Amino acid sequence: MSARGDTGTYIKRPNRPLQIYAVIFLIVLYVPVLFIPMFSFNDSIYVRFPLQGFTLQWYAELWSRDAVWAALFNSVKVGAVVAAISTILGVVAARAITRYRIPGKSALVTFIMMPLVIPGIIFGVALLVLLSRMGVPLSLYTVTLGHLIVCLPFAVATLLPRFEGFDPSMEEASADLGENGWWTFWRVTFPMVFPGVVASLLLTFTISFDEFIMAFFLTGTDATLPMYIWGQLRFPQEFPSVLALSSLILFISFILVFIAQRVGRMGLEDA
Amino acid sequence: MADTSLSPAEARQSAERIKTSWFSALLYRSEALRGYLLMSPTILILTIGIIIPFFILVAMSLWTRDGFGFDTTLTMANYARTWDEPIFGALLQRSFWISGVATVATILVCYPMAYYVAFHVHKNKMMWIILMTLPFWTSYLLRVFAWKVILGYEGVINSGFMSLGLIEAPLEFLLYSQTAVIITLAHAWAAFAILPMYVSLEKIDKSLLEAATDLGDGPVARFLRITLPLSMPGIIAASFLIFIPTTGDYITPALLGGPDGAMIGNFIQLQFGPVNNWPMGATLSIVLMLWISAIALVFLFVTKKAQDKIA
Repeated sequence: MSARGDTGTYIKRPNRPLQIYAVIFLIVLYVPVLFIPMFSFNDSIYVRFPLQGFTLQWYAELWSRDAVWAALFNSVKVGAVVAAISTILGVVAARAITRYRIPGKSALVTFIMMPLVIPGIIFGVALLVLLSRMGVPLSLYTVTLGHLIVCLPFAVATLLPRFEGFDPSMEEASADLGENGWWTFWRVTFPMVFPGVVASLLLTFTISFDEFIMAFFLTGTDATLPMYIWGQLRFPQEFPSVLALSSLILFISFILVFIAQRVGRMGLEDA
Repeated sequence: MADTSLSPAEARQSAERIKTSWFSALLYRSEALRGYLLMSPTILILTIGIIIPFFILVAMSLWTRDGFGFDTTLTMANYARTWDEPIFGALLQRSFWISGVATVATILVCYPMAYYVAFHVHKNKMMWIILMTLPFWTSYLLRVFAWKVILGYEGVINSGFMSLGLIEAPLEFLLYSQTAVIITLAHAWAAFAILPMYVSLEKIDKSLLEAATDLGDGPVARFLRITLPLSMPGIIAASFLIFIPTTGDYITPALLGGPDGAMIGNFIQLQFGPVNNWPMGATLSIVLMLWISAIALVFLFVTKKAQDKIA
């Protein structure tokens, strides 16, 4: 009936109510989180309207706190180790899943993905019980182990589509041209899955950096950043500096995840 | 044709000549073995992190507290307690109620959004998906904290309405209530729930919709008879992805729930913290998992029956 004319036009017709709904949805999704940075610049110890004026004093206060820096370094250390290990294991597992005919493959994949659908508290307490029975003291290492379990499914899930879209004849060509398995991996396989690797690194780092549930049960004396924030939430006078710290964490997380998502999907959908 | 099928085989032969030790030869011949070997570090870590702790958790749930240590004689006493004392049943019931409502609310709110992106967005689809899911990857603790800022006694809503003159005194029901927990959970999981629904909607063959239109179905009938049943797998997956983790949540109830909004997760955490009764905490974790599995199975059974009826 229209110039566009093909049979699918009715679905292409813009749907005004749905469009408005989508915009409202995004606003409601983001606005609650945006109140945190808004009040972090508010010149008042109380988190309430009306706003009292602009200040950077809460950020300045953070800068001079040793505990914040210590927690930050702890989180970065754990996050970096977790990101590296889970991505390496994710690459290896994703390759095994996509390239080899393994009996019981789907059961293994389900097993790897299990942490996604079991309440985190159960993993937390189960690991805590195991570690305490073995006499392992709680430390950043135990937090790292906990975060690995949380991050591995995400690493595999991020890398799997990369390996699935991978044409095995490329590797065969490389083998034909005389490369051994190791060099074929580095010169053919790795460059092709590289965006997935970057995405997985950024994503797992962010998840570990922000993770709280496992850290809550497995942290020893060295607090990670979320644990530090949790401790500060008890003191109302600390609210503004918690808001400032939270704003920084949110900002960094959003950037990292945004890059991860962009890079991770590069060449997958618009190809 | 024959050439291309030969060359990998040739490559394999030449490679086999290079590899001399029997193990690598075996490895080279057996695909499954190579696959397992590649998977083994991942499996090992997950075994250490999931399977072994789980068995120890089960063992501990059969112990009892003995002063500051444990009495390791196996007994069902803890399980009997969770059955006999009404507080546990009530807490479980409340946890499932809160998570259930949050799950239904999230699905109802997210479905139209997933539908919109799947059917009505044609440019920059990827940007939309990233925008919708981005908040999920950021700190859960901070997103819950944000709601405390909003719903608090002197929070955004109360102080905002008061300075606008809409209300005289702060609305007290906002913070520390089940409603607060449900709103926060729904908001926190929306970004995650949308993905499986989007994927199943995106997969629907558009020609089926055209066929329905040609055969005289209106938009409502078309939606009920084609789109909704075909997107059911996504809805089911999303339900699991929200319901299961939220039943064990303890951050949201701890920050926003108050006494009325406490959930089983808080109770488990108490047993491992101030109460210091680890065996009881272990028992409660096992009971929670058993209930979740039972509910999941019933849910799967019912939806399967419903789908069979439609088909």
